[in-house]
Parts: sequence; C-alpha cells; structure tokens
Amino acid sequence: MARYYTDEHEWIDVEGDTATVGITDYAQEQLGDIVFVETPEVGTMVDKGGDAAVVESVKAASDVYAPISGEVVEGNAALEEDPALVNTSPEENGWFFKMTIGDKDELDGLMDAKAYEAFVAGL
Amino acid sequence: MNAPNQSGWKPTTPEAGDGAQGGLATTTGNKALMLEEPLIFEIADNQTTGVDLPEVDAGAADRLGGMARDADIGLPGLAEPEAVRHYTRLSRQNYGIDLGFFPLGSCTMKHNPRLNEKVARMPGFADVHPLQPVDTVRGALGVINELAHWLIELTGMHGVAMSPKAGAHGELCGILCIRAALEARGDAREVILVPESAHGTNPATAAFAGYRVEDIPATPEGRVDLEALKARLGPDVAGVMITNPNTCGLFEPDMRAISDAVHEAGGFVYCDGANFNAIVGRVRPGDLGVDAMHINLHKTFSTPHGGGGPGSGPVVLSKALSPYGPLPYTARTKDGVVHLVEEESADEFAREHFGGPLSHFGRMTAFHGQMGMFTRALTYMLSHGADGLKQVAEDAVLNANYILRSMEDVLHAPYAHSGPCMHEALFGDKGFAEGLSTLDLAKGMIDEGYHPMTMYFPLVVHGAMLVEPTETESKATIDQFITAFRSVAERAKAGDESLKTAPHYAPRSRLDETAAARKPVLAYTDPQ
Amino acid sequence: MRYLPLTDTDRSAMLDTIGASSVDDLFVDVPEVARLDGPIRDLPMHASEMAVEKHMRSLSKQNLAAADAAFFLGAGAYRHHVPASVDHIIQRGEFLTAYTPYQPEIAQGTLQMLFEFQSQVARLYGCAVANASMYDGSTACWEAVAMASRVARGKRRKVVLSGALHPHYAEVIKTMAKFTKDEIAGSEPSIQAQPDNEGLIARIDEDTSCVVVQYPDILGRLPDLEQIAEAAHAKGALLIAVNTEPVALGAIKSPGELGADIVVGEGQSIGVGLQFGGPYLGLFAVRDPKHVRQMPGRLCGETVDADGKRGFVLTLSTREQHIRREKATSNICTNSGLCALAFSVHMTLLGEKGLRQLAAENHRLACIAADKLAAVPGVTVLNDSFFNEFTILLDGDARQIVRDLADDKILAGVSLARLYPHVDGFTGGLLVAVTETTTEEDIETLCSALKEKLS
Repeated sequence: MARYYTDEHEWIDVEGDTATVGITDYAQEQLGDIVFVETPEVGTMVDKGGDAAVVESVKAASDVYAPISGEVVEGNAALEEDPALVNTSPEENGWFFKMTIGDKDELDGLMDAKAYEAFVAGL
Repeated sequence: MNAPNQSGWKPTTPEAGDGAQGGLATTTGNKALMLEEPLIFEIADNQTTGVDLPEVDAGAADRLGGMARDADIGLPGLAEPEAVRHYTRLSRQNYGIDLGFFPLGSCTMKHNPRLNEKVARMPGFADVHPLQPVDTVRGALGVINELAHWLIELTGMHGVAMSPKAGAHGELCGILCIRAALEARGDAREVILVPESAHGTNPATAAFAGYRVEDIPATPEGRVDLEALKARLGPDVAGVMITNPNTCGLFEPDMRAISDAVHEAGGFVYCDGANFNAIVGRVRPGDLGVDAMHINLHKTFSTPHGGGGPGSGPVVLSKALSPYGPLPYTARTKDGVVHLVEEESADEFAREHFGGPLSHFGRMTAFHGQMGMFTRALTYMLSHGADGLKQVAEDAVLNANYILRSMEDVLHAPYAHSGPCMHEALFGDKGFAEGLSTLDLAKGMIDEGYHPMTMYFPLVVHGAMLVEPTETESKATIDQFITAFRSVAERAKAGDESLKTAPHYAPRSRLDETAAARKPVLAYTDPQ
Repeated sequence: MRYLPLTDTDRSAMLDTIGASSVDDLFVDVPEVARLDGPIRDLPMHASEMAVEKHMRSLSKQNLAAADAAFFLGAGAYRHHVPASVDHIIQRGEFLTAYTPYQPEIAQGTLQMLFEFQSQVARLYGCAVANASMYDGSTACWEAVAMASRVARGKRRKVVLSGALHPHYAEVIKTMAKFTKDEIAGSEPSIQAQPDNEGLIARIDEDTSCVVVQYPDILGRLPDLEQIAEAAHAKGALLIAVNTEPVALGAIKSPGELGADIVVGEGQSIGVGLQFGGPYLGLFAVRDPKHVRQMPGRLCGETVDADGKRGFVLTLSTREQHIRREKATSNICTNSGLCALAFSVHMTLLGEKGLRQLAAENHRLACIAADKLAAVPGVTVLNDSFFNEFTILLDGDARQIVRDLADDKILAGVSLARLYPHVDGFTGGLLVAVTETTTEEDIETLCSALKEKLS
C-alpha cells in the first residue's frame, strides 16, 4: 500500500485498483471541530481537482477536491453519525471516501509523506 | 461538557461559585432580576388557553371533505398573565438598541423612533387587505408612491422597485433587472465581478441568478483595484457588484471611473446599498453611475431589526434598468392619481404613460412588498427632511472618525493612514497577546455592557472588528464606549486570560456551538 | 432634530480630536461630480412629530380599513382577531430593537423564542423540523422548489404545479425558474367542485423533482394530499404542500401527516395582521430530518453553555450565504423575526384548545355563509369541501360587483378575474372568506347586497 499527499491537504492510500481519500491531521487542526461531512454518492464520477466532498466546522465549510480522477465506490458512513472522527482519527478511521483509480499517471504528481511534511513545515 | 438537556427544563442546580458570577446560590437558579425561564412546552398544557372563544361542537358543521383532523397537534397554551410573563422574562435576556450602544459594523443599529410604530398601526395601513379594490386603498398606494419619490430623489436614480422583502431579496431583484436588460438586447453574459471584501450575499445572489462569480482584487488601501478591474472587463461580464462605501468603511474614490469603464464594456453597475447611511442626503449614487442599488429600510431608514427581520429592500434603478423591474409597482399619473400596475394592466399602462411596453421580469413576491416598513420609513424621512438626513450622514461619519482616531494608538487600524473613514471604523487583531482573539475582546465588551462590534468581517483584515456608531449616539455615550473599548483592547494585548471565558455577567456564558451543530436539536421533544 | 443628540459644541470638539477643520474634510474621497452643495432640492425640510403624524393620518384615512366594512377577503391573507398582548410583547424594546442573535450570550430571549416557534410550526405542519421563518409564503414556496431541486441533485428538472396553487405564488416560482432553468408545468384551476387530482397526478413523471399543491387550495377546496403524496413518491418526486391559512390546520389533518415532504406556507393569519400585504411570515418545514441540511433559512438549535446551562444558538449556518457565499442554499439573509414572535405569542395564547376552537368557529361561520349565499338567486356555491373560504359563481361580473359593493363599505371578496386577469370564463367567480371576525350580520349584509345587484 502506498500513501500519497496533495497540496490541498488530502491523503490517498492506494491499494490495488482502489484509493481511499481523507484529509490530513494538519488540515483537521486548521479546520477545528468538525461538525459535518458530506461524502459523495456512490457511482459519482469525479475529476482530479473537482469538488468531491464537503467538510464543515461550526463557522466554515470547505470543499474537498478529488486528488485523482475516478469513480466513487464507497463513502464513510461512520462520519454521518460521528463527524468528530475526522478530528480524532483523521488519517485512519476518519477517511472520507474510496474511489477507483482512473489514471495511474495522475498519482505521479502527488507528494509522499516526507515531501508533505516539508510542505507543511514551509507554510 | 454536559449533553444538551433534551428531557426538559430543570432549575439550575445551585453550586458554590455557580457560573462566572460566583456568590450565593439560590434554589430557583434565579438571581434577582436575572430570571431563568423554561420553554412553553415545559410550563403549558393543551387544556389552557389565553383567548375566549365560543365552544363550538367541531362535528356539528363539517364540510371538510373527509380531511377533518383527528390527531392532537401538541400545542401548549398559557393564560394571558402567564404568557405575558413568559415573553417578558425572555425579552430581558436580550440586548437591544433601547438598552444600550450597539456598534455593529455594516448593520446600522440606530435608534428606532416610536412615532414610526404608532403610524404603522394606523388602521388605514395595518388593517387593509392587499387585494382590496384599488379605490379603497389609494392612501396605501400613496404611501408607496411617496416613499418611492423620496428614494429616487435621495439616490438620484430614475425608478424604484418597491416589492423586495429584504436587502438580499432586493439584491436579487437588481441582478435580475440586469439580466433581463441584457437578455432584452440579446446579450447573454456569464460573469459577475465581486470584490473580495464583499458581503457574502453578493456572490450568493449572483450565483442564484445563474452567473459565475469572479473576484476583483483590492489595493493595499482597501479599495477596488481599478486597473485590475478594467483588465478583466469584456463582453462576457454582465456587471459588477460593488459596495460603496465599501465593507472596510471607505468610500471608493474611483467609483465614477469604475462605472464608466463597466458601462463602456456593456455591463451594469450594481451597488450594495448596505452602507447608504454614510452618504444619505449628501451623495447621490445616481451621480456616480450606479444602475441598481438596494436600500435596507431597516438600516438607513430606522425600521426595527426585530431580532432578525422583517427587513425591506426596495431597489432604485437607473433609466437603463427601470423598464425591467418586477411587478407589481405603483405610478402616479399627471392627474395626480396613484395607480397600481399589475400583470393585467402592465402593458396597457406602459404604452399609455411610457410610450412602449415594459419588459418587467415578473413577480418576486405575492403582494406589494413590506407595507408596514414603508409607513415607518416614510415617517422617518418626513421627520428628518432633506436637511435632517444630510445631518444623519454627517454625524454618522463624524462619530466613526472620532472613534477611529481615539482608538488607533491602541488598536491596529489598517486603513487609518489612507485618510478618513466613512460611517464605520475598521480595526484588526495585530498586537494581541498569543492565544487571545477578536472573539475574546468582543465577549469582553459584553461584560462592559455593550453589544460587540462586527467581528471577522470583512475577511480581508485579520481578526477584523468593524465599529459603526451611527448618528443617534451622544458624545458622552461614545466617550464612555471608547474608554471601555480601550481598556478591553489593552487587556487583550496584555494577555488577560479572563477574556477567554468572557462574558462573565451575561445570562449565559459561551455556548457550545460545536455540540449544537454535530447533533442538531431543532425542535422540542416531549419527554418519554 | 429630535433624533440627533450631537450638539454643535460636540461636533467641533470631535472635529478637533480627528484633526479635521470641517465635516467636509471627512468626505474628501467623494468625487467632485457627486458632491452636493446643500440639502437635496425637491424634498421637504424636517418636520415635528405632530406634523408628520398628521400627514400620515391623512393618508391612512384615504383607505377603507377592514374593521369599518363587512369584510370577506382572503386569497392568501386573512383577517383574524389578534389579542392585545401580542402587540404589547412585540413592542418591547428588547425584542423590537434587538439584532439577529449572532451573540447568543445576550440574545437568549430571541433564540429561545425562535426554538419555541420552530417547535410550534413543526407540530402544526406535522413535520420534524421547521426553520426560523422566511419572508412570506410565496417566497418560502419558491425556496421549497429550489430545495427539491437540490435534493434531486439537479438531476430532475421538472416542477409540477397544481392549477389551484395561488396564482401569485405560481408567478413567483415562474419568475425565479426563468433564471434557474427549472421547467415549470403549471395550469389554471378547473372551476369544479372537486380539485383535479387525477389530472395533476398524470403530469408527474421520472423527471419531476417536486409537485406543489396548495391545501386548502386557491378556490378553498381540500385536495386529498395523501393520494398525491403516494403518486409523487412512486415517481421519486417530493410533495411540497402549501398552506396559506394556518388556522385551517386546527380543523384539518396536517400536510406532514398526509405525506408531504416539505410544507411551506404563510403564517400571517396568526398574530401578524393584514398590513396591505407585508411584512408577512413565511413558514418552512420538512417532514424527514434527513433533509435538514438542504433547508434554506436560519435555524435555531439547543445546546449548553460553558457552565452546563441549557441555551440556544443559531446553528447549521454553514448552509447560509455568509459562509457558503456562491454555494449557499439560498441568498436569503434574514428571517421575519418580529412576525415570528407575533405568531409564537398568539399561538401560545391560543394553545391546542384555542386553535381548535378558533378553527371550529371559522368553519361554522363559513358554513352559515355558504348556505345563506347559496339561497341568493344568481349565486351558486362551487365547493363540495372547504374550511373558511369558498368560491361562489355569480350571474354577473364579479369584479365589477366587488367594486360597486365597496362603495357601500362591503368588501365582498376577491374576484377570480382579479387573480386571473388573462383567463376567460372566470368572470362570475368570487372567493369569499369568513373568519371569527365576521358577524352573522355581515353575512346578511353581503347576501342582501348581492340579491339587489343580481336581480
């Protein structure tokens, strides 16, 4: 399994033909207490960089962009009941959605853990 | 943190040092004049009523076609003494202009004259139906027409659409006029330009009307960047939405040049009239090339805010846009008669009096607009007159500049160097101690007996605080406010931790908004 | 000027502090072309309280107030008795002069009232959640249509309007739909004793986002919402029920109970008064709590403060324009707060018992009026079913007759020709509304006047 990061503070776990997407620990800290997550409907085709999900804190709503293109195969139902999972376990239980990988080449432009760490340090 | 109390009200448990006020505990949870009040659902029942009505046997006359209700509704009822007390107690947990100074930037919380209330309740205004035969409501139509005349004269515009129900509704009306005018000349344009500092309704409105929204950058002086705007204008731009005076409390000195450039590119200029109080009676937006502007009667013209509405948002229109306003409207003909123009008469009336059919874009609301607000606003205008309204703008601007110059040595005032402000003074949180925020300062002002200023708006200034004193405050009130504001600002800079838990003396301490949003409880549920 | 506390001494002292020589210095940014040299001409100068009151009273007197006439108008605005204490409460400065409750620590009065209001409306409508109100019934109705389109994620473009939806409400929807590209399938009402449910149901298809049905409808009839709800749901569409007379819900089943998904309406009947059409009170509720996040408008919710005391806040505000900007559920920026307060106070005074009695009394008087009018030669009562408003057909031009009777201080109703000026065949139609403020003497007056006119 390989993990990638984007400069929009999303992480992507790639396992076979499926990718799992969530937001990073840094992102959840910036957003504060998460009160709601709108995950995409199963079957939605998303384009790299297009709106895929919405994450809301009390005073802000942020779009989560699709890190790569593909089809949504599952949304994290647990977030509906407990959006705080994004705060308590952002890079594990607080994942947003799973998707197919439309174009493996799109992964090439993403960061690895080290590069992302350096990216955040530079902010 | 306790879970929200879903099972019903219980008296607050008295504990030593209960709440932030400390002191002696009471068995009721009340503290003399600070009275706790349960929900009506917790004190009322479905057998009590506060009105006297005949006992009618509901089954005796039934032409309800089989739809007769059999289930209980679940509505609580109180006898009049209990009802009056319930709402009176609730009212005392509110801050209002009648209680004290309300320096809420961009909201123009000025005194609400009681003559307005008296007039609005005259039977000829309060007790007339919107669909009465026109001959029985000439006076009501007269009020609409007279108010329209004032609005047109005060803004130097050509026409006015009176029916929009609030500022945002007026904004939508203005943008729809622009769209209708463009479509009438077969010119489909896609983009509305909005400055970064705009109020959130502007982009929401443009998007609702089907436009794509693009930002206009600002200069370091907090003004629209004219050159950047000019560079973006083109055949795809339907118009710009500008707030003037802008949301930083500054007048746009290039306003005329902006309008000329937009017109040259075939677009229209929408001006958000939220800040009209700064210039009423002194500057006419029509002279600056504005095509449409909504006017919040509850700001500039003193109709009450009422804890969040009702508002009223007539839209003044330039000659180019006037034919495209919504229905219905009123018009006075040469014989002095005020007419109500609705769907059936619009074409005929326009041909007869304007020499051609109108291209109105339809109806925005069921009836004629906010009559109850029209009577109040007209009463206010007549009270002030042209001279008084000019003085309104001057005193509002004077008060704001006085606060700006009395605070700039304590608080960061990002645009103070660029000259005077208009009716509101803008500050940022630069220099606050680590861990203390604008929110903390604002909550500290509550303990001093003030409603907080507008916070975190406009977004272009970090930790923004927007202070709008209005013209209805005395120098003594403002001086006392400045003393308090300076002292709380000094505490924020010095890192006074007690601000983080402010307010300490309000009916409630800080409320858990996260819990409210995560598990919304939006209606009362009877205990199981 | 009585509303301006600054004295000239104050003004010059303040200018000194600012470092300006005159107030003109503060307006330096205004371009030369827009500077005025004095008060705007063609407008009068300031006036005393006494003079203003006199002027406004003279305008007021040019109107025929409902209290001075035998009054039978309805069609979306109804005249009911409002208890004196309602007006007393809404004139308390702490309610009247408060701002939107964005500072909850010092706005619990407004917030608790809104929570109570939302709960009352939800129960009245048979729904799970109601918002803190909208501008009026017609705009709430459009917002419901827009919401149905969001629920369908924009994949269904057709909006089916009942022909018996208030024509002004239909106009508002058509106006707005021109800009959002929804396809509106509407029609005129059929003048018959029963609403045309079958015709309506036949127009619902797989592309329909919602069906909009008024209950009681514009002609006063009571459509079977349950049948329509089933048909709509079978095609995956939402049913929007529109109610313009909340008092009716004290006598008839709630729309939520009958399967409506979104219930909207005009709340003016309770507490607000006629006011020539505004300000009124838009009511908005959803039956299923899962739709809450697609709702427009302010919502008040329960929570606790830092000391664990119950309190209320505006919540789920990320749906709104000041946060979502161009992605907001609506550009709406206010509610109708003071009207919501008036509604809530009046509803608390009525309670379950009072509302039921009020509804029964309205229906009783309406039945008397229908029977007496039916006995007038030249008058036919159209409706099989009604609550407090029904349609009569006159052998004559109803619109002209209404105008003529107004001269004798009889406001006989709303003619269908006023509501549908472009539809032929509605000439004789007249909507007659009867409430608890109508006396049996008023009914007699109307009957004899019509008898005379039609003979």
